[in-house]
Amino acid sequence: MTALLEVRGLDVRFAGAAASVVKDVSFDVQPGECIGIVGESGSGKSVTARAVLGLASRTATVRAETLRFDGTDLQAASPRLLRQLRGKEIGFVSQGALVALDPLRTVGREIGDALRLHTDLSPTERRARVLELLAEVGVPEPRVRADQRADQLSGGLRQRAIIASAIALRPRLLIADEPTTALDSTVQAGILDLLESLRAQGTALVLISHDLAVVSRLASTVLVMRGGTVVESGNTARVLGDPQHDYTRQLIAAVPTDRPRGTRLGAAPRPAALSPGAPTAAASSGNSGVMPATIAFEAETPVRPSLTPEFAKDAPFDGATTPAETTDATADVVLEASGLVRRFGSRTAVDDVGFVLRRGRTLGVVGESGSGKTTVARLVLALERADSGTVRVLGERWSESTERERRRLRPRIGAIYQDALSSFDPRWTVGQIIEDALTRGRSRRAGEDAAHLLDRVGLGPELLGRRPRLLSGGQQQRVAIARAIAPRPDIIVCDEPVSSLDVSVQAQVLDLLDDLQASLGISYLFISHDLGVIRHVSDDVLVMRAGAVVEGGNTESVFLRPSHEYTRALLDSAPRLPARAAAT
Amino acid sequence: MVRRLGPLEVAAVATIALLALAALAPGVLAPGDPLAIDPLSSFESPSFAHPFGTDESGRDIYTRVVHGTGASLLIGLAATAIGIGLALAFGLLAGFGPRWLDFGTTRVIEVLFAFPGLLFALLFIVVYGPGVVTSTIAVGLSTAPGYARIIRSQVIRVRTSPYLEAATVLGRGRTARIVRHVLPNVAGALFVLATLGIGQSIVWASSLSYLGLGAVPPAAEWGAMLSAGRTYIASFWWMTFFPGLFIVLSAAATTLLGRSLQQNVRAS
Amino acid sequence: MAGSLTLDPSQLARAGGQRGRQSRWLRWLLLRLGGVVFVLWAVASVTFFALRLIPGDPAEAILGGPGSQASEEALAQARAHYGLDQPLATQYLVYLGRLAIGDLGSSYALRQSVVSVIGDTLGPTLVLAVLSLAAAVLIALTLAVWSTRGGRGAAALGSTLEIVAAAVPHFWLAISLILVFSTTLGWLPPVSVPGVAGLVLPVLTLAVPLAGFLGQVMREALLDAMESPFVLAARARGEGEGGLFWRHALRHAAIPAVGLVGWAFGSLISGAVVVETIFARQGLGRSLLSAVQSRDVPLVIGVVLVVALGYMLVTTLTDLADRLIDPRLNRRAQQA
Repeated sequence: MTALLEVRGLDVRFAGAAASVVKDVSFDVQPGECIGIVGESGSGKSVTARAVLGLASRTATVRAETLRFDGTDLQAASPRLLRQLRGKEIGFVSQGALVALDPLRTVGREIGDALRLHTDLSPTERRARVLELLAEVGVPEPRVRADQRADQLSGGLRQRAIIASAIALRPRLLIADEPTTALDSTVQAGILDLLESLRAQGTALVLISHDLAVVSRLASTVLVMRGGTVVESGNTARVLGDPQHDYTRQLIAAVPTDRPRGTRLGAAPRPAALSPGAPTAAASSGNSGVMPATIAFEAETPVRPSLTPEFAKDAPFDGATTPAETTDATADVVLEASGLVRRFGSRTAVDDVGFVLRRGRTLGVVGESGSGKTTVARLVLALERADSGTVRVLGERWSESTERERRRLRPRIGAIYQDALSSFDPRWTVGQIIEDALTRGRSRRAGEDAAHLLDRVGLGPELLGRRPRLLSGGQQQRVAIARAIAPRPDIIVCDEPVSSLDVSVQAQVLDLLDDLQASLGISYLFISHDLGVIRHVSDDVLVMRAGAVVEGGNTESVFLRPSHEYTRALLDSAPRLPARAAAT
Repeated sequence: MVRRLGPLEVAAVATIALLALAALAPGVLAPGDPLAIDPLSSFESPSFAHPFGTDESGRDIYTRVVHGTGASLLIGLAATAIGIGLALAFGLLAGFGPRWLDFGTTRVIEVLFAFPGLLFALLFIVVYGPGVVTSTIAVGLSTAPGYARIIRSQVIRVRTSPYLEAATVLGRGRTARIVRHVLPNVAGALFVLATLGIGQSIVWASSLSYLGLGAVPPAAEWGAMLSAGRTYIASFWWMTFFPGLFIVLSAAATTLLGRSLQQNVRAS
Repeated sequence: MAGSLTLDPSQLARAGGQRGRQSRWLRWLLLRLGGVVFVLWAVASVTFFALRLIPGDPAEAILGGPGSQASEEALAQARAHYGLDQPLATQYLVYLGRLAIGDLGSSYALRQSVVSVIGDTLGPTLVLAVLSLAAAVLIALTLAVWSTRGGRGAAALGSTLEIVAAAVPHFWLAISLILVFSTTLGWLPPVSVPGVAGLVLPVLTLAVPLAGFLGQVMREALLDAMESPFVLAARARGEGEGGLFWRHALRHAAIPAVGLVGWAFGSLISGAVVVETIFARQGLGRSLLSAVQSRDVPLVIGVVLVVALGYMLVTTLTDLADRLIDPRLNRRAQQA
């Protein structure tokens, strides 16, 4: 059987760049087959997809030994022929699901464009076909939706509309670049089902994602990309079950799903002084292969072992709590919320939410977008006034106080955010940011302390003079963490702190948060949409939906024996690695 | 990091440096006396001795243009300073004050916006009479509402930014937040705004001079020279062409510099 | 019975939406109208009181300025005729009352009612402004499209041209154009004559600097739009460059440009003062300048008010256009 798409030795280089962003990539797609391309940001997976379509930007030079679609040489094809192939023979579901529809045009016209370009249908016929397509991809009320614009549709509906426009002409190949990124997991599950049903009908599929679990659900063959090259490829079950390349192993180990609290995700060894025998994820599984502990991820500066013993001598951190205390369920309550209600107009964003957070423990709050979890964080930080209900910090009045009264307690409760960069004053250097959090007024030792803090979060003192925007995403989040722990807080509110990071970086940041909790006894209120992350970090968990808590309690019991239907649905929809891979 | 300067930016910087030299030490570039008359050589076309020609009294136009740089740039700078100064007061009041104050100031700015720039300046001149000082103030006043709008939106942008929230979480008070975050961040935008505004101020101030409402001949100011040359446009084009060219050069150079600053700010 | 009762709930919701939309538009219109009246009142009051600050006797200005040596008797007569002997508050109320019925008084210098002076001059200025705006949009769009599609060199050249165009003072451009096209080439008349030929140079003079400003804004918006994910999606659908431009990018570039039209109107009126003077064209701008020079207060106020009204109308229209181009604005306003 000849391959539908044949790629041999693909090489993409951008004008002015020293090296190619895609190097010697080869793969075949058979009719009706799904192949997955997995990689982190900068791995070249999206550029690969675009190069196949001839859309790799004007400044890019694309070369390949073979680049053939159904026998047609795409490199020799005229722009006109390429345009005819695009949309008609090869459908494309682009990255950034939420912005891939023109905000000024109706969804119906956007989908109709594919028909207008490749068929002779009259406007009325096109309209009828658009409605059929919308119904086919599971958009309710197609008549109403077709006349709406992207901003009137939810993320899931937008993605369905984009898929509708990609499959309008029944292309034989569909390339989907991060089709479910930024979607809630229940919505994601629906989109993946839709893609799977298209594949079952005979459409070949190239599925590109940063998420191994997503790819493993659909793809029979998987390519793992890193730095522009394919490091490993083959049958999905084989690659996940018996990874040959260190990087693949590391990616698998970094997925937090089904890794209970306490296990480590990343490659950095836990400082010996803290927990001498802490096993790494790989070691605990008894895998005799190369230990991931020896591999440093690129793009992220190698994590420096924390110099905790020295640091403890002269640093302001005196380790108020010992790690032993952190597991004590009777430890004192540091944060207490009861009956929190917040309305925005007629909408109730937070509806009667209450909880208790104890010293040295982590309370996870999980929910999909619009569940009110971020509003809870803002209420706890007193950035938002509650319509009713109270928050108490360290047993003291908090939510009902004035800002002036609260200021005394502010250093005891810190925060880290999803977008670390925007939480830094753009004019400040890393050093200024941390010193500002350390001192109130000037201090001679501020510089020294800031260097200690950076060390504490695994960054070198050479970053002190740098501007945060020049750092990688992981480094930025580490700086944010350093700032948060600088005033020696008892509580840190973490609002989606790892959601925009690559899995391997996410793993390192989660491990760092774990270490800091163990050594400093900080309590976390940890908010995330990601069930895997929540399960990994939390002692207790609250599941939120539409502003209310539907279920709460000990994390393992909630995850293993969910009592609420919604929690079950949420757990079912979360993509997982196949059991064998997860255990590796 | 500062972007590498392109050839255009280099040209703009060089032009501004030359203009600054002409403003501060005109004698270096043009040793002659801008007011020295020589009736025998009036209306001479550009030549080696008089690169820009001479005017009706035989004064050397090159010398006059160079010596007029100081006054013209000063008028542009002063008008921009007046405009931005007023706008800053308005914008800060609106951006920081209580809601009702913001509402009130925004309405006032809206009303002022209904006077197109030159109209406002003309109204001011009707009241206070023509002259260099009034026309400078008039240009400043008429540009203020535009600046005020931008400053207000900048203040609000910074005030609602995540990093200001982060400062609140760290326990910083209102004053500290304003002094440490809002003002420095608005200042950057303000600087760009001022650079972009100088060119326009020079153009408008010279327009007023041209209409006979600003500086008056025989002062060696570009607008006034243009005004004087108006009568002779048909036969002696150089009298208006060269002063005008300098206005275009200075306005374009400052705007180019402003744009490039803006892109640097945006990139950061 | 049952059949007639089963109404599709979505239909009901839509009917309600229609009604809601109508009342929303009505409320928006009323609010805008109220805003226009408020701004006009404020402009009139500011102008009225500002002009009372003029040093010297207004009656003297009426009779030809301080040099006219008018007799005390004549001055008193003029004062009585224009109501200047009344208390200021009375004058203000009388003035507002007259404004309300569209009476702008009579010009000191022209001995003619302000309304008729404006009536004579408004038309030519509007023709000039509208033609210039159209020409500016055309030039800006051509420049923006050419420079976004022509590669790096074209982009740099386009942006330089825009900046230089925006930096050119109207009067200098007018003089240069006259020099080239009238004095040297003799193609076009140096002063405004009736007909198309007389309009070319004035329109170009007003259009070029405006095109510089509009071009900068539109080019940036075009570049943004052409880089956006939805354009990539359209490309992947097989859309050609022309389709991308006309169906997607152009509307996005139009949004900031439409937002600038109100401002552009103001700058065109300002420019008209200069252009009408240089080309000896009858118009609002030239009347204003001569009114300023002769301190003809009623005429100045009249022109200012008419321009302010024009500005308000233009901004209302552009807001309306904005909402038609970008329906998101309606929904946002609705949520607020």
